[in-house]
Amino acid sequence: MSWEVVIGLEVHCQINTKTKAFCGCSTEFGAEPNSQTCPVCLGMPGQLPVLNDEAARKTILTGLAINANINLESKFDRKNYFYPDLPKGYQISQFAVPIVEGGYIDIPTKNGEKRLGVTRIHMEEDAGKSMHEGLDAVSHIDLNRSGIPLMEIVSEPDMRSADEAIAYLKQLHQIIKFLGVSDADMEKGQFRCDANVSVRRPGEPFGTRTEMKNMNSFRFIKQAIEFEVLRQIEIIEDGGEVKQESRLWDSVKNESRSMRSKEEAHDYRYFPEPDLPPLRVTQEEVDAIKAGMPELPNQLRKRFETEFGLSAYDADVLTQTQSLAQWYEALVAAHPANPKQCANWLANELLGRLKELGKDITESPVSAQALASLLDRIADNTISGKIAKDVLDAMMESGKDVDTIIDEKGLKQVSDTGAIDAMIQEVLDANPEQVEAYKGGQDRLFGFFVGQVMKASKGKANPAMVNQRLKELLG
Amino acid sequence: MDIDVKKIANLSRIRLTDDEATELAPQLNSIMGYIDKLSEVNTDGVPPTAHPHDVAMPQRADIVTNTDCRDALQKPAPRTESGLYVVPKVIE
Repeated sequence: MSWEVVIGLEVHCQINTKTKAFCGCSTEFGAEPNSQTCPVCLGMPGQLPVLNDEAARKTILTGLAINANINLESKFDRKNYFYPDLPKGYQISQFAVPIVEGGYIDIPTKNGEKRLGVTRIHMEEDAGKSMHEGLDAVSHIDLNRSGIPLMEIVSEPDMRSADEAIAYLKQLHQIIKFLGVSDADMEKGQFRCDANVSVRRPGEPFGTRTEMKNMNSFRFIKQAIEFEVLRQIEIIEDGGEVKQESRLWDSVKNESRSMRSKEEAHDYRYFPEPDLPPLRVTQEEVDAIKAGMPELPNQLRKRFETEFGLSAYDADVLTQTQSLAQWYEALVAAHPANPKQCANWLANELLGRLKELGKDITESPVSAQALASLLDRIADNTISGKIAKDVLDAMMESGKDVDTIIDEKGLKQVSDTGAIDAMIQEVLDANPEQVEAYKGGQDRLFGFFVGQVMKASKGKANPAMVNQRLKELLG
Repeated sequence: MDIDVKKIANLSRIRLTDDEATELAPQLNSIMGYIDKLSEVNTDGVPPTAHPHDVAMPQRADIVTNTDCRDALQKPAPRTESGLYVVPKVIE
């Protein structure tokens, strides 16, 4: 009998505000240790937190983007635990009444779209950073991160495979980037994930789950979930019981291990944060935030498919980031005749070349206007598609415009009948045996002649005209 | 309700001797008993109180107002090194 995998995800996402959640300290990354702290985020006695309105606005915007309800009144609570990077001895979070509840994200699957529930999004503050490496009996603490605003996005246990979990995370990551509510740089820990994993026989109640903590790479998350699923199945099939616990993924050894020390600390003794009265927002404020919402990746993908006739694949590639989608739209605006050709040249030719240079679209040395004029030169038969690739190389390198490069390199396509006929005659004269054979019925040799003529023209002959004139001249 | 004094003390990082725990248990239990009296009140249809004052939360604009005061802030710390706080080793 088969096993069914059940996965729920918690994502911690750093909100990209200029200042911390409850004080006016800068959140800039990479500052001198402890240079961005104050009595509030250091947990000095008698200090009072004051909420950053931008953190609330961005959390509401995220909630609206995943079709959730916004609680017009939400509350803050204290989550109590002891750790040196948490100077107050508690984290301000939202436990009883979060600001966002009940949304969903649609992911593509082999059997069409699947809707995955989002239970809630709440605001909380980050802890500081502890460093242990290379230190003997001590740890070092940097509290610059202490108090930076986070959103915790909690899903329903709706995913049934590691692939669905990754699809959900990628979709969420993309939405967050489109909204501009977080830089979501995974390497900097600005988008990190805990995965709750359990297995059961189909139709039975949920099995005991384990929690894989604090993962910040899609690849590791997939590996960790797949490892955990196999580990649990093995335990159960061997007659054992899965123990509810937190586990840590070791990406070097490719295995997870139990975090036993965390277990006792799980009694967080939440209680209402007495320093913060309820957060109230009006429906008008929520509506105003909604009015400013940008087009989301899903909407954009569908629009690219219907408006420009792109394949689902191309639409997906071109909507990976907002800047890429905007670049594509600028390209189509400048070369409206053929949006599909625009997509091909952008996705295959330009992005490929940029990738080799380690650049993204915002750093492209060739502008959308410049690429459009290259496509114009293909369309008006000045150059062939093949030559155009060489021209694009030259444009990337020199930054010169299309026409200058075509002139300088003498790449203009030869569409003059006289010149093409002369080249064809030369080829025919040089290959009398092949001409005989062709006339004797070996039709396949036609391609040979076309190739020879194109070669003689250094690729500059208009291929359609070569075909046409060859047919006529070979009789 | 019977309170596990040792557990609460451990979660709060308060070191108690067995004698102290034995002495505190009835005191804490009587406080809990006093609070339990509240559950005798019928609160059907009364929304939970989040805060004793009926005010909405004031908020601040997202503008940096604090400057680097590390030297002054680290003065009370028992030990620092290159701007980092130094604490007894903690590791998972």
